[in-house]
Amino acid sequence: MIRIEPRENTSRAFALGVPVLAALVALLLAAIPLLAAGANPITAYGEMIKGVFGSVFAVSEMLTRATPLIFTGLAAALAFRAKLWNIGAEGQLYLGAMAAVAVGSGWLDISGLLLVPLIVVIGAAAGAAGMVAPTYLKVRFGADEVVTTLLLNFIILIFLQMMLEGPLQDPMSLGWPQSAPILDQGVLPPLMDRMRVHSGLILALVLAGIAQFMLLRSVWGFKLRAVGENAAAARHAGINVKRSLFGVAAISGGLAGLAGVSEVAGLKGYLTADLSPGFGYTGIVVAMLAGLSPVGVVIAALFIASVFVGADSMSRAMGVSSFLADLVVSMSLLCVLVGGFLSKYRILRTAKAEATS
Amino acid sequence: MMDLLNILLSESFWAASLRIATPLIFGVLGALICERAGVLNLGIEGIFVVGAMCGWMAVWLGAGLWGGVIVAALAGAFFGLLHAILTVPLGLSQHVSGLGITLFATSVSYFTYRTALPNVSSPPRIEPFQALDIPVLSDLPFLGPVLFQQTALTWLALLMVALVWYVMNRSALGVALKAVGDNPDSVDAQGLSVYALRIWAIVAGSALMALGGAFLTMSAFDAFFFGMVNGRGWVCIALVIFASWRPGKALLGALLFGAFDALQVRLQTEMGALVPGQVFLMAPYILSIIALVIAARSADYPRALLTPWFKGQR
Repeated sequence: MIRIEPRENTSRAFALGVPVLAALVALLLAAIPLLAAGANPITAYGEMIKGVFGSVFAVSEMLTRATPLIFTGLAAALAFRAKLWNIGAEGQLYLGAMAAVAVGSGWLDISGLLLVPLIVVIGAAAGAAGMVAPTYLKVRFGADEVVTTLLLNFIILIFLQMMLEGPLQDPMSLGWPQSAPILDQGVLPPLMDRMRVHSGLILALVLAGIAQFMLLRSVWGFKLRAVGENAAAARHAGINVKRSLFGVAAISGGLAGLAGVSEVAGLKGYLTADLSPGFGYTGIVVAMLAGLSPVGVVIAALFIASVFVGADSMSRAMGVSSFLADLVVSMSLLCVLVGGFLSKYRILRTAKAEATS
Repeated sequence: MMDLLNILLSESFWAASLRIATPLIFGVLGALICERAGVLNLGIEGIFVVGAMCGWMAVWLGAGLWGGVIVAALAGAFFGLLHAILTVPLGLSQHVSGLGITLFATSVSYFTYRTALPNVSSPPRIEPFQALDIPVLSDLPFLGPVLFQQTALTWLALLMVALVWYVMNRSALGVALKAVGDNPDSVDAQGLSVYALRIWAIVAGSALMALGGAFLTMSAFDAFFFGMVNGRGWVCIALVIFASWRPGKALLGALLFGAFDALQVRLQTEMGALVPGQVFLMAPYILSIIALVIAARSADYPRALLTPWFKGQR
């Protein structure tokens, strides 16, 4: 017989080691699809490492890829801490991006010193609105935010197509559904010459630091965690649960909106309907790998970005589908779940007689 | 106004409604079984993709149409089992596990499809299920085209509604299943296994979800495309709440949704010049949210939904 019993205490090293182990197991499991695709896993792993760390350009690409994932990872981590299931970061990202191009692509021709902060604030506000609305439906009507945020992703994506074929379409685009480019002075400047990594990364890192501090050291963060751990008890202790939920909804949505701002104003320059290859959903994996810790989000985002960039490069070299990266990402989520279980419980083999007693 | 009336009275509109509703019927029934047993299955979106891909690929490899249906159901059952292991004996977060299953099932499907067909410009087609041609019945006015010229999978979906209704309301298994989602301790006290009931419910529910996906590639279309499921799974999760976890109302919800979707396509062609087409495309998703908001107030959730249960721990 097998018996499951809670561990009395989990060592810190074990708790920190779980996500690392989960990530490694997921990477090792990738050998199965690699073999199925007829590729030599050792060569493939080598190509992946070369693709991420083989050159300054490769590292820059990895950091570029990690930038939106830090934003969406933070968005998921903070909301999940309050047990507010924001699965709508993908849509909120596009709301932020739409707001950025609406303001930043010529409507306001002002100095960059004003334009950049304006784009950032308006983009964050648009993303925040995208999460506050479903939170209102949850608080006021009890409509499950998982379903509403998921459905909103589809609604916003269709709305985006409408905007890109309508008010936001670049008149010079010859009918292509894309926006006018962000004005030069509104662009988030690149961090290195001839590289794509841009100052959106700095913003993401600063916000991760602030989030870490706020979550663990501020009254706001304390209330947030209390609401997440036991909303009824928090209410009893005099915490305004609704206000906490709306607060974290706005911040979570705002962070997701910033992912869109950073992609459009830092990387692409203009908006198309394929700006995000699922950064919103991947942010959930990042947050879970990070154990919902903001600093952890940065590390997890770097890992996931490495998987994507490495797999892309391996895919080009060896002809294996780059969907391999999505496989590794999803497997690491499942592995970290199981790992989290193993860090909280131990599985004991017991004699049958003992188990029935 | 006349146009709207014409649409609502046309056979093709009602036939289309039932056709669009079919995958949702499978999906809502599947989600309903899982949730009645106390487990939310957000793997549904990915299980739709797996069902669509596996069913199509089995047929493409020569397994025959019903062979494809069986393969799709088994693939769905497999991912359901994975979700069941994570959420029932391990008691992990049903939200996160479900989303993980969706990501995993989707990427397995896409990777397999891409690996099997590395460079095809247009997706290969199969010979899909054809509309049944039943003597006499299919020739009936109105009812003939609407009901009796659907494919076999639509009939299977309707049959499943009856079957699930029967099991839920007229069998001992149904009593146990509902009890395990409401009060697992009482089920345990009767000497039944909470784990087994929940696991089998998730496996069976997931197999049904996969049939919804299989309908897309084997009846509605004849090929597999990336992104073809397009949120249908999530719509089902909303419809279950709308249906208050009852098979009959699930059928009604799916049909209403199908009718609305069929209507928006027709209105789009009628009024395309006046309103951007996307307004109509958005409508079904907005409708789902509205349905959810209306139903949420009085929603009588299975009481143990989302709550893990461990043997010997009260």
